[in-house]
Amino acid sequence: MTFSHAFLSMLTRNRLKVRNINRRYATPRVKLSPAVRWTLLILRIYLLALVVLLGYKFFTIVSQ
Amino acid sequence: MNWVTKLYYRARRIWKALSIYLIIAGPGLVVMVADNDAGGITTYAATGAKYGYSLIWFLVLLGPIAYFIQEMTLRLGVVTKRGHAEAIFEGFGTFWGWFSLLDLILVDWLTLITEFIGMTAALNIFGIPPWATVAGVCGLMGFMVINGRYWTWEKISLIFCALNLIYIPAAFMVHPSVSDVIAKGMIPHFEGGFNGDMFFFLMANIGTTIAPWMLFFQQSSVVDKGLKEKDIFFGKLDTFIGAIATIVIAVFIVIVSGTVLQGVEIEDAAQAAKILMKTNLHAGEFLAIGLFNAGLLGAICISLASSWAFGEVFGWAHSLNNKIKEAPWFYLNYFITLISAGAVVLIPGAPLVLITLFVQVVAVTLLPASLVFLMILLNDKETMGEYANTRMQNIVSGTIVAVIIVLSTLYAVSTLFPGLFG
Repeated sequence: MTFSHAFLSMLTRNRLKVRNINRRYATPRVKLSPAVRWTLLILRIYLLALVVLLGYKFFTIVSQ
Repeated sequence: MNWVTKLYYRARRIWKALSIYLIIAGPGLVVMVADNDAGGITTYAATGAKYGYSLIWFLVLLGPIAYFIQEMTLRLGVVTKRGHAEAIFEGFGTFWGWFSLLDLILVDWLTLITEFIGMTAALNIFGIPPWATVAGVCGLMGFMVINGRYWTWEKISLIFCALNLIYIPAAFMVHPSVSDVIAKGMIPHFEGGFNGDMFFFLMANIGTTIAPWMLFFQQSSVVDKGLKEKDIFFGKLDTFIGAIATIVIAVFIVIVSGTVLQGVEIEDAAQAAKILMKTNLHAGEFLAIGLFNAGLLGAICISLASSWAFGEVFGWAHSLNNKIKEAPWFYLNYFITLISAGAVVLIPGAPLVLITLFVQVVAVTLLPASLVFLMILLNDKETMGEYANTRMQNIVSGTIVAVIIVLSTLYAVSTLFPGLFG
């Protein structure tokens, strides 16, 4: 078996593994009460804002 | 005769409790002492140089904060028998699971680079070239895990933890005034008033107290060690002693730099050691050895946190009790993370300053999420049963988590945009 074959087979195996993980954890076990839902929504907005700031700073530094 | 018998049985009880503690001790102590990593040492040295002893009281306050957070990860790990990454996947689904895992890998890798920066700078003081430091560290860390025993790894880590106490003799060498340390350091006040600079330093010190890898590391570590519910008391004691150790070490670093380097602008701990060596050779050397050791301890924990997390989620064998043949992916992940981070430091012209700058910011993308997940999971009575957070624990931990999130975010933003807070 050549290196490229071995590499491709490893990628395929890991793709299947990721699919299995997605299937296994598709349903969150924690009860999503309104408070938990709101917390997770705020967390998403917070992360989005932080990523935008980080991206802005990164491109500012790179373009200098 | 009766009192002799009583004394004998009391001594036996204490000895038994101590023996159990010594068996269980490890994860809490290691994670807490490793919290004083290369970045932490730089922060403490810079704090002492800028404000003398005046912020020691603030560092003392950080001990309980670190304890309350880490104690929750201990309980979660012991009860669920799952690492933090797996617990997030299971509890919150794939979106938050993949986000946490991939962010952890990135943050850990960047932090590992900063540990190598600290270690190479520290040993460079003794004339050891960076390539030799990187090769030596990779070899040593390989040796620690390669024998396939968690116990061996942990005991070697505890020796490095003990070496971190080197700052205590270093502090005595510079002859600080004990009355000054108590008078200026233990009474809460803000020397020179509360301004933007002071705020930045307070945030930096909080930022070094809780890092995302600590949550993942301790939870996976207690699972790998196989701690059970009956061990929780000693696990808490271990974490508590670790919290005290980490603060004692931080305070002694501040005493060293506050005594000798006050008024000097410190950019990194290696620079502090070099300056200190001019006036007190051995104290400076101790500072440099301590910096190397801190970087090494950080690297030991951080590289394992990533490998454990990957192993848990992908279902690979992921215990230090496995030999390389039994857990190839776990060890491959460990060595790739380690060697690639070390290699970055050796690349001529690598943007190391930029990496150091971005580490804090990228860490803040993971820390709030991990802390929030931790709180929610600790309130899941179905899983945690009697070990779920009580109302009082929720009030205390919730307040701490909220304060950490706000201040670490402000720190990240002020790192990105210096001068924002005046």
